[in-house]
Amino acid sequence: MKLIINGEEVSIKDGLNVNQLLVEHNVKMPEMVSVELNGQILRRHVYETTQLNEGDKVEFLYFMGGGGGAE
Amino acid sequence: MTPVFFELKNSVVGVAGLGGLGSNVAIALARLGLGRLIVADFDVVDTSNLNRQQYYVDQVGMPKVEALVANLRRINPNIEIAGHQVRLTPENVPEIFAGADVIAECFDRSEQKQMLVETVLLRMSAPIVSVSGLAGYGRSNDIVTRRLSSRHVLVGDGVTAARPGVPLTAPRVGVAAHHQANAILEIMLDNGRKRVNRSWQ
Repeated sequence: MKLIINGEEVSIKDGLNVNQLLVEHNVKMPEMVSVELNGQILRRHVYETTQLNEGDKVEFLYFMGGGGGAE
Repeated sequence: MTPVFFELKNSVVGVAGLGGLGSNVAIALARLGLGRLIVADFDVVDTSNLNRQQYYVDQVGMPKVEALVANLRRINPNIEIAGHQVRLTPENVPEIFAGADVIAECFDRSEQKQMLVETVLLRMSAPIVSVSGLAGYGRSNDIVTRRLSSRHVLVGDGVTAARPGVPLTAPRVGVAAHHQANAILEIMLDNGRKRVNRSWQ
């Protein structure tokens, strides 16, 4: 099936849940990444039970440090 | 008063973190004529901040909240400002930023950024403008504003974290901060249009 991941169309095998997608998409340190599915941020405990569907828009949010007060 | 300035006068913005992003965002909003700002930071001004943050040499050692409020008042004495000198946590964020029409994520460390984005999106109803990837030099046009959903706007190049050899610089931090302030302005004006449309119905 096709998903839109961070704005780009990606082909991925059918029937994955969000946890499996994180592995399949090779997301490093998934605990540091937040996931938005079709504009809604997901709580971590629903990753396992949230199935992905054709055309879903997935946003992996990577938070790059910098911008605040530290040196 | 034009409708735009009327709308801004009635808007409330929360700024979480008063470093390179937050101090610049707050000043841009004060110059726009915002009605009310809620600003929060636990830290004090350090000499190492002065290369990119909106503080002065004679403010070194002062709490950032106190220093920034003083600077903002010199620019726009009419703005209402609530300052909170605290470390923000998932527990106090909803309380401190209650009533904000939009919240600016202006933190430094990635885990703090994540904490704020998740707390606001999961536990509050206001939109958030966050930043990821603004360190280094040059590449101004790699810093973009993306609307991820109706409640989340993300600014940055998405890849450049601050690390040894990739410092934070005034120009690039400023580019990101003003993308952020501009996105906030857009949200406030959108809110205004929605209110006007409702009152016509």
